[in-house]
Amino acid sequence: MSSLTSAILWPFAPRLRRGVGGWLAGSFVVAALVAAPIVSLALLAAQGSGDLWPHLVAYILPQAFRDTLLLLGGVGILVVTIGASAAWLVTAYDFPGRRWLEWALLLPLAMPTYIIAYAYLDLLHPIGPVQSGLRALLGYESPRDLILPDIRSMGGCILLFGFVLYPYVYLSTRAMFLMQIASLVEVARTLSAGRAGVFFRVALPLARPAIAVGTSLALMEALNDVGASEFLGVRTLTVSIYSTWINRSNLPGAAQIALLMLLVVVTLIIIERFARRRQRYAGAAQRQRKLTPQRLGGWRGALAVVACLVPVLIGFVLPALYLVTEAAKRIRFAGISPEIVTQTITTVTISAIATVVALLLGLVLAFTARLAQRAFSAMLLRVASLGYAVPGTVLALGLLAPLTAVDGWIDDTSRMVFGVGTGLLLFGSGAALVYAYAARFLTISTGGIEAGLARISPSLDHAGRTLGASALGVVTRIQLPLISPALLSAGLLVFVDCMKELPATLLLRPLNLETLATHLYGEAARGTYEDGSVAALAIVLFGLVPVVLLARLGQRRIVARGRTAEPVDNVASDSLILGSAALDAAPVPASGPQVNGSYVSGTDPRT
Amino acid sequence: MKASLQKLFSPGPDGAIARGRCAGFMLIESVRQVYGHLVAIDDVSLAVAPGEILCLLGASGCGKTTLLRLAAGVEAPTSGRILLDGREVAGPSVFVPPEERGVGLVFQDYALFPHMSIVDNVMFGLRHMRKAAARELAIRALDRVALARYADDFPHMLSGGEQQRVALARALAPRPSIILMDEPFSNLDQRLRETIREETMTLLREEGISAVVVTHDPEEAMHIADRIALMRAGRIVQSGTAEDLYFRPETLFAARFFCDFNEIEATSRDGVVETPLGSFPAPAEVPNGPCLVCIRPQALQIAADGHGKAAEVVARRFLGRVDRIRIRVPGLPRDLHARLRDARAYRPGQKVGLQVDPRDVLTFPTDSPKS
Repeated sequence: MSSLTSAILWPFAPRLRRGVGGWLAGSFVVAALVAAPIVSLALLAAQGSGDLWPHLVAYILPQAFRDTLLLLGGVGILVVTIGASAAWLVTAYDFPGRRWLEWALLLPLAMPTYIIAYAYLDLLHPIGPVQSGLRALLGYESPRDLILPDIRSMGGCILLFGFVLYPYVYLSTRAMFLMQIASLVEVARTLSAGRAGVFFRVALPLARPAIAVGTSLALMEALNDVGASEFLGVRTLTVSIYSTWINRSNLPGAAQIALLMLLVVVTLIIIERFARRRQRYAGAAQRQRKLTPQRLGGWRGALAVVACLVPVLIGFVLPALYLVTEAAKRIRFAGISPEIVTQTITTVTISAIATVVALLLGLVLAFTARLAQRAFSAMLLRVASLGYAVPGTVLALGLLAPLTAVDGWIDDTSRMVFGVGTGLLLFGSGAALVYAYAARFLTISTGGIEAGLARISPSLDHAGRTLGASALGVVTRIQLPLISPALLSAGLLVFVDCMKELPATLLLRPLNLETLATHLYGEAARGTYEDGSVAALAIVLFGLVPVVLLARLGQRRIVARGRTAEPVDNVASDSLILGSAALDAAPVPASGPQVNGSYVSGTDPRT
Repeated sequence: MKASLQKLFSPGPDGAIARGRCAGFMLIESVRQVYGHLVAIDDVSLAVAPGEILCLLGASGCGKTTLLRLAAGVEAPTSGRILLDGREVAGPSVFVPPEERGVGLVFQDYALFPHMSIVDNVMFGLRHMRKAAARELAIRALDRVALARYADDFPHMLSGGEQQRVALARALAPRPSIILMDEPFSNLDQRLRETIREETMTLLREEGISAVVVTHDPEEAMHIADRIALMRAGRIVQSGTAEDLYFRPETLFAARFFCDFNEIEATSRDGVVETPLGSFPAPAEVPNGPCLVCIRPQALQIAADGHGKAAEVVARRFLGRVDRIRIRVPGLPRDLHARLRDARAYRPGQKVGLQVDPRDVLTFPTDSPKS
């Protein structure tokens, strides 16, 4: 068969896919690396926790389960309410400050849950600024005269989580609203549906898949959290795992709770998949035109402004202001301590290494899936995306045994061959941390790269092949240049997530190594969280980078749409949304129709 | 074909769904729509008579869809007034939102609600009545487009043509006074398009309902419209019947929109234009000076050498009903194109005589501002 025919038939004729074997093997190794901690966790749990189990079942688990479910339920309701309504307001209506609020609503993404909890503990403290202010306003003398509900409660925890995690729902839902419902909304209106009718009968049911994706991401974050819930006095499963391991030194017991927690995650995933079982309807080909926002004037407009402003204030502005003032006080008082500088360097270095690793592994997985187009590679991708669904504590637990074994083996071998032991090479060097980060955030990089690749029409591959490029040549000369923006934003997201990561870092870091997050946690554990404000501020500032990027890309998309009517997609939000590919390696519905916006038409989405 | 159409659209035993609907009329007065620096609609006035089917025709970006959206009420005009059945629905101090206008809207992509069954889609606009009655009405509307048996299916299970008919049934079910359609047939393939177009137009005419249809295809406009409004750069260039626009275009732009001319630059003097093909009378509004002579392909007839202007056949393409022939005439910078029946005898290189039917020749001044 001539090379021309084979090039044309590629990738449809299986025997013409030469060299795919290597890619598949690479993907298999990556998937195995991600799956290893979960397998080891199961083995660990099977050892039995001895006499602890009855204690766990009687005293710890029922309460931990109850708290976890209450927390997830409450946070779920709150993020859907805030996220979906804010998304609808800024897409369907025009009111003063809408353009500004459209991206400001993303800001809480930069605020890790544990930082917002510390900030509000102080802000709402009986002698903190809010309560003192209220007392001054109402004329009370002492804290005893005006007792407000304590933020350190289930209610407080739900409230705080809701206000920092709603952007996940906001982002995915807004993408859905922007993509595909302009003509549907207009038709609904000519069929005499009013404002409420359009929202409840058309927009909301259509956005259900996107809402499900966003909500499950938010709940995954809530479940992952260890710092905030602990300090707000909510004893979730995550907190129980941590304390069973650290305080009781009972590893199998912790592993058992961790397995139960995985059960909760799996349930979440099943619910999410059920909620968007009709995604094929939602993905129906609709012409993509931007909805023309309706002008809201008078009290309606004012109400919309308030509704969008409140989440931004609570979820970002207030705690950020608090951090800035505290950090300023601290720096004026003690200067920037050399510790913070070292910690920043450590954090950035480890995060950067982990990001590079995650991107490389993501490239292997995504390219294998595109080259091989087989059920097997799709399955590998799915397995490799599991990491995001596994809470950091659980992942750390699962990594402990295999890594200790490997460390021991390296040490023994080295003693035998060189006569010198290496000690705990993986744990001591921080390689274990890099492994954990890469495994946990691999989904974000894979998702981003996949979304980028999906937008490259296969005809471009075919054109490249017919013009004489090899399979690898197509990758390096066509695909990589085209996905570079996707790669960049996926990398940024992974980087920032690594910087913020707390639970796995706490458990896997080398002795005496502090990152910004663990430093802050340590200060908080000592009850001196205001001393950690500089570290907290640094984390939030780093976290702002991808949010600003998201917002800028979002604005550009609107400009580009106005000019070309061609949907130009938001790569960063894709990676974030596709980060949920943990839930399902298949493209999420929010991105389904985006495939249409391929590069074929010659419009460069980067402009 | 004819018989099946009649069967499809004959009124049911208990009357058509639209029985009792009175055809609406619409008046658009000096409407402007400005987006930032872009003037999308520039002072357009237009009337749609009761029962009339009006086509808004123009190239993409000419403002035809914007005008339709303004009529539907999904956008508010920057200035000007829109009246529907004598009621002001958009004006300096009034804006009636689409849900209160009573217009039907059909999109190019049909915009069926993907999360609802076919019958639920059609019932969407029938919320004011009891559910059972609404369903009965919706089924009857679906029956009118021969789709009642798909009532409980979902939109994605239907073909493009069927989806288009559902969209039509949905728009007609609440008895709008006017129906607005945005490129309703563009997503259908050629053959299906003609059938669906015929069916749709027959239905609209039987119901006597007024309609505004947006299209970019002049042939389609001629097929469906009572009157065509040709648009360009946010203005209406000319409006009238298909014959008006075809035979009596007021501008070179309008003429070119409906025909691929052979264009010859020439000079007019005292009502006569001299060309290498002979002299033609110039209309009174063409001043002395340079002008453009436009000859329709079917105006050219060829005969044996010596009968008419000497010319040479350069190429011939068989197209079925007609042959397309390229002819070279000494003294003309460009070859001419003719469309002829029974021209298979002519071979490239053959010397022929060329005759021009002056009724198919139009002349425009070269400096025409609308060229």
